[in-house]
Amino acid sequence: MSIDYQERIPNNVNLAQDKTLQRALEHWQPEFLSWWREMGPDGSTDFDVYLRTAVSVDRDGWAQFGHVKMPDYRWGIFLNPADPNYKINFGEHKGEAAWQEVPGEHRANLRRIIVTQGDTEPASVEQQRHLGLTAPSLYDLRNLFQVNVEEGRHLWAMVYLLHRYFGRDGREEAEALLERRSGDADNPRILGAFNEKTPDWLSFFMFTYFTDRDGKFQLCALAESGFEPLARTTKFMLTEEAHHMFVGEAGVGRIIQRTCQVMNELKTADASRLRAAGVIDLPTIQRYLNFHFSVTIDLFGADQSSNAATFFSSGLKGRFEETKLGDDHVLKGDAYPILILQDGRIVEQQVSALSSLNERLRDDYIRDSVAGVGRWNKIIEKAGIAFRLLAPHKAFNRKIGTFAGVRVSPTGELIDEAGWACRERDWLPSEADRAFVTSLMGRVTAPGKFANWIAPPAVGINRQPVEFEYVRFN
Amino acid sequence: MDAMASPPEGNSLARQHLIDPEICIRCNTCEATCPIGAITHDARNYVVKFDVCNDCGACIPPCPTGAIDNWRVVPKGSAYPIEEQFEWESLPVPQAFDVSDTAALPEEVERQTAEARRGEGGLVRAPASAATPAVNLYTVSNPIQAKVTGNFRLTEAGASADVRHLVLDFGGNHFPVLEGQTIGILPPGRDVQGKSHFIRLYSVASPREGERPGYNNLALTVKRVTEDHEGRPVGGVASNYLCDLNLGDTVQVTGPYGSAFLMPNHPGSSLLMVCTGTGSAPMRAMTERRRRRIAMKEGGELMLFFGARAPAELPYFGPLKKLPTSFIDINLAFSRDPQTPRHYVQDLIRERQEKVARLLQDPDCYVYVCGLKAMEAGVLEAFQHCCERAGVEWPALRRTLLEAGRLHIETY
Repeated sequence: MSIDYQERIPNNVNLAQDKTLQRALEHWQPEFLSWWREMGPDGSTDFDVYLRTAVSVDRDGWAQFGHVKMPDYRWGIFLNPADPNYKINFGEHKGEAAWQEVPGEHRANLRRIIVTQGDTEPASVEQQRHLGLTAPSLYDLRNLFQVNVEEGRHLWAMVYLLHRYFGRDGREEAEALLERRSGDADNPRILGAFNEKTPDWLSFFMFTYFTDRDGKFQLCALAESGFEPLARTTKFMLTEEAHHMFVGEAGVGRIIQRTCQVMNELKTADASRLRAAGVIDLPTIQRYLNFHFSVTIDLFGADQSSNAATFFSSGLKGRFEETKLGDDHVLKGDAYPILILQDGRIVEQQVSALSSLNERLRDDYIRDSVAGVGRWNKIIEKAGIAFRLLAPHKAFNRKIGTFAGVRVSPTGELIDEAGWACRERDWLPSEADRAFVTSLMGRVTAPGKFANWIAPPAVGINRQPVEFEYVRFN
Repeated sequence: MDAMASPPEGNSLARQHLIDPEICIRCNTCEATCPIGAITHDARNYVVKFDVCNDCGACIPPCPTGAIDNWRVVPKGSAYPIEEQFEWESLPVPQAFDVSDTAALPEEVERQTAEARRGEGGLVRAPASAATPAVNLYTVSNPIQAKVTGNFRLTEAGASADVRHLVLDFGGNHFPVLEGQTIGILPPGRDVQGKSHFIRLYSVASPREGERPGYNNLALTVKRVTEDHEGRPVGGVASNYLCDLNLGDTVQVTGPYGSAFLMPNHPGSSLLMVCTGTGSAPMRAMTERRRRRIAMKEGGELMLFFGARAPAELPYFGPLKKLPTSFIDINLAFSRDPQTPRHYVQDLIRERQEKVARLLQDPDCYVYVCGLKAMEAGVLEAFQHCCERAGVEWPALRRTLLEAGRLHIETY
């Protein structure tokens, strides 16, 4: 099969001249399309979707809007422009020229980092594949599909690195990325949160707010990498990742806004009356928040990790905003505070900064997440309602790290198993909560119309009106 | 630049780029994208440094929320400092004179507009009583289609200039324009380098209710470009495309653009209009607006200085001659008419100095200059001459005019 590379696969990696890469992609691209048809958005093949496509990394090519059928989406390969002075900015190689090819001694670690990141991209598409059937508006349906095609492009970005820099085992890893399946007992996705279901739109918005934000922080850490192709690739991915977090933050915000509006109309905070009116009560939103927050912070891994230390010291994965930090960027002998259990209490302890880099990235992530929760609270405050959402304590509902299996309340008190059992329903979504949220889900397809449980957005996409026909079903 | 055409000091307004803190999700994309470090943040807000931002627009497409796409017109020297922006929970309410579009215009539109309005010396406000214009509804990536429903020659068959009156119909689509606004035309095809042609801007020549009242259409005045300013032969891509259109053809249109070169709406307001060639388009729109409202007896005077090479080349010559002198005071200047001595608009302005000086000083009179760049300095000198004869200090009056949104210049 022959492909017109410039037209079919927009790129700035000189694909038209790179025969090796062409051969690898000729094999992989049809497999990707067949994965998309099998595991991509359900029943969407013929829809014309108003999508943003990147055809180059400059100002005019970054965001081209138009209606396209998703299987025809032009998944491209883009790296941020190269910086001729780019250096390794941290770890033991600090100050040396950045690597343009994979250093032999770091090959296995780099491949593992890229595969782990790459695996999350198709995983989230699989998790979200049925959501299109219950989209609350054409606007939201379009945003879901935009997220999906960009996750697809992020997969392409990682596969490019595997094909271009890792030879045969890279090609095998690229194929395996299309073979694992989210939630499959025999061949699951690598990370836990990517095997959870995304059964409803509240979950989807929470996922894009919290879990895609984990993606942002991982990409930010990789954007500092001494392996420059990885740094340049992830920098460009970050530009797209921002859209996913927008979908999450604005989506949850619009649900909150609609709930507050009905609370004021009915002059009630009573959950059963609000549910009867067809909106999601704020305590239920808090429970979803608790769940997604806690599941997502597990993704950063164990509080203390020798792998994390190795990735840093060898210059593969930096910290969040590494080059803006004011220390020596080597961290030997430095300390960092983590939380531990001591004599039945949660206390802070100083440990090696190098081994606690996962915890540090988790803390950066938490700060960023909490700021957005504050913006949701502004909506509630503006509506004159006394309720406030809270991000739960870092030790709440953890499955990984020091607090795995330890019972801690959302406000950070250690409790026993019985205490947990009687309060769990207040803190995490129950089956009944999920069943109620699911009961609200139904597809709204008229342009400009929105499901009753969510407010319309303040502005449309690409300056289009909110009532624009963002998806045509044909 | 000629001293007359140089921007006056201290009067001008500036466009300030701002980020809407209510819509922004603090994703850092804009700050990461900005090539010159004009965007920064604190724990609350992302903000744009007014003194650093050069309006390059690189941050606009990557913003996932549209929060980046906000602009306010502020007096130069009173831009919002970042310390103030950090404290915002929402954008400030636009000031009374701020009719800026909420969106960044296409680069080519900005460039052409800035060049055309250089003589004003910065952003000028619209007349206080002007209607609020719709701006930038349709973009290069999302143009609107218009159908050609009229295309006829305005200049006589023997005249060297081929100036055409083109009528575009927007069917069932919303495309509101005001007199004085421009629209963008996207010529089809590509240039020799394979790139799409630039947008070309044309002033609307019809009033807001349409070329034909009640129809969703507008008129343009288009001169076929066959030579450049120095007389060398060139084929103007857009003008030849437009002049050759047949009835029923479709045209890709962007815009509308322009939020200051607008006419006042209040009764008793007067218009002093100076134009050459196709610069007559906005004057024709404004005059036609007033003509259709004659019966309302709103008061105010219309005075027009209109220059062309010869009567045969004067667009709208026939209809103009039919307007009653009680409605409009028309002064035609011909530079190549064998029947009359060589005259330019600035000569006629000097000849009518008493009335011109009176109108320039009248707070209800609004002044519009549109046409070839070559006439701009001459017209301003003529204004100065009229003022001096009347014992009025022109530089101060010019500042007053600009500050009040009473002097509008568009030359090319």
